[in-house]
Amino acid sequence: MNSGIIEQFEQALLAMDRIEAQRILTRAATKQQTLQYIEDIVVPVLERIGLKWEQGHIPLAQIYMSGRICEELIDSFLPEASPERISHPKIAIAILDDHHLLGKSIISSVLRASGVALEDFGTQDSDGLVEETLKKDIDILLISVLMLASAHHITDVVARLKEQKPSIRLIVGGAPFRFDTELWRTVGADATGHNTNEAIQATWKMIEELS
Amino acid sequence: MSTPAMTSLERVLTTLGHQEPDRVPLFLLLTMHGAKELGMSIRDYFSRADHVAEGQLRLREKYQHDCYYSFFYAPLEVEAWGGDVLYVEDGPPNSGQPFIQHPSQIEKLTVPDMDTPCLQKVLDATATIKKEMPSEAPIIGVVMSPFSLPVMQLGFPAYLDLIYQQPDLFSKLMEINQDFCVAWANAQLDAGATAICYFDPVSSPTIIDRALYQRTGQPVARETLARINGPTATHLASGRSLPIVDDVAATGSAVISATALESLADMKTASRNKLTVLGNLNGIEMARWSPEEARAKVTAAIAAAAPGGGFILSDNHGEIPWQVSDEILMTISETVRESGTYPLLP
Repeated sequence: MNSGIIEQFEQALLAMDRIEAQRILTRAATKQQTLQYIEDIVVPVLERIGLKWEQGHIPLAQIYMSGRICEELIDSFLPEASPERISHPKIAIAILDDHHLLGKSIISSVLRASGVALEDFGTQDSDGLVEETLKKDIDILLISVLMLASAHHITDVVARLKEQKPSIRLIVGGAPFRFDTELWRTVGADATGHNTNEAIQATWKMIEELS
Repeated sequence: MSTPAMTSLERVLTTLGHQEPDRVPLFLLLTMHGAKELGMSIRDYFSRADHVAEGQLRLREKYQHDCYYSFFYAPLEVEAWGGDVLYVEDGPPNSGQPFIQHPSQIEKLTVPDMDTPCLQKVLDATATIKKEMPSEAPIIGVVMSPFSLPVMQLGFPAYLDLIYQQPDLFSKLMEINQDFCVAWANAQLDAGATAICYFDPVSSPTIIDRALYQRTGQPVARETLARINGPTATHLASGRSLPIVDDVAATGSAVISATALESLADMKTASRNKLTVLGNLNGIEMARWSPEEARAKVTAAIAAAAPGGGFILSDNHGEIPWQVSDEILMTISETVRESGTYPLLP
């Protein structure tokens, strides 16, 4: 993939220039006639943007708006129910014990923009999250938290889910995991995403492992 | 020659003047730990002003730190606007569903009265602490900045959409929130608070870029702080602050928080003689520190930022998690007394 296109697409997203971003993707989609442009352009750009936030070069607001733009564009090219989206293990995302939606919204947007189909369980308590996950037979569960107490509550969720469905994989994220980089292991998760870059990579790695 | 011991208030005022006091001031920004001291649930603890006043008095007696913290919990302000507060057994009360479900509701918002019960509890707790300990240590009151409160009023995604896409409604919300913030800060000062901690995490470069801050959060802070009748400290609640040190200094704030994600030494250099640095112990990691780790972290922070004054040791978030043990808090306090006495040892 021409690195110039990646640069242009990244610049369009960071400038929140939806029209320019759409123009770049439409041109790529027309040329390729496949979904390869998502892997070649959208995923690397979202990963780069996530890394820039981790390094303190761009703010969270730009990641959120970039993710939103990408999600809308990809939705227009790749409807939610398209076979390309649902031909991988069942994935869901939830917030535990909290109504602060930003982290989940960002991760949800970038994953959808990278072609992943995922269920959004919204805000759940531990019981609700376990019940919903098992009922929907989810294979990969992403949990976002804001508070340290909520992060510790994940321990119970992991234990109950693994007992009922040993093959399930859990990815955790949110502020407590950024400030304590060992905490994800303590709560028994399989992976963490300190930023969107890591969340995308961890999710796709698990998709490949479970497919 | 050793410096005569100062009161906590003298110690803090000296460091705010960018001079070295007798030792490094320590702010243990403890909220929920008062419930542990009183042997009650977090919910019961925050249900009454006298609980919180007693908790703060006991905590300072126990840890010998340098402030009282009359802050209850973050969503208290949205509770005053009619929002929900959710309690858990092992963490701070959290805000429920945003009470503004559609931006058009902003047009109809009115500023809550200061005698709203949840606000009055804080004012009563502040007055009680002030009555018990009139001038020995500063009482730190807290307000959410008008610019950051909307995260709980609307929810974060909707608020970002408002900032970027609906400038008129954003301005209207800032106007209402500023009136509330000023009234709430001044009510706490009238009740006995010595200074106001202005929590403004959305202004952090972690959340928005500096240029946007200069167009939004900074002018809001400058206008708001000018109307508050006492000294103010800007806290970005674990958010990065290094790129906006000069901008925060221009708002009239006396203090800036430092996150554990940035170099404390760099923060001190950037802030020298402009702002006192508050921070930057990692409160999340603190929950699993050993006493040895706690001693090492405190010693390192003092070495990085204490020379010359202009530094208050604290956690980096403005609220120490419930999970942090008494042993670690005591170790932090003891280490400050051992290693934080001026003149500092090389």
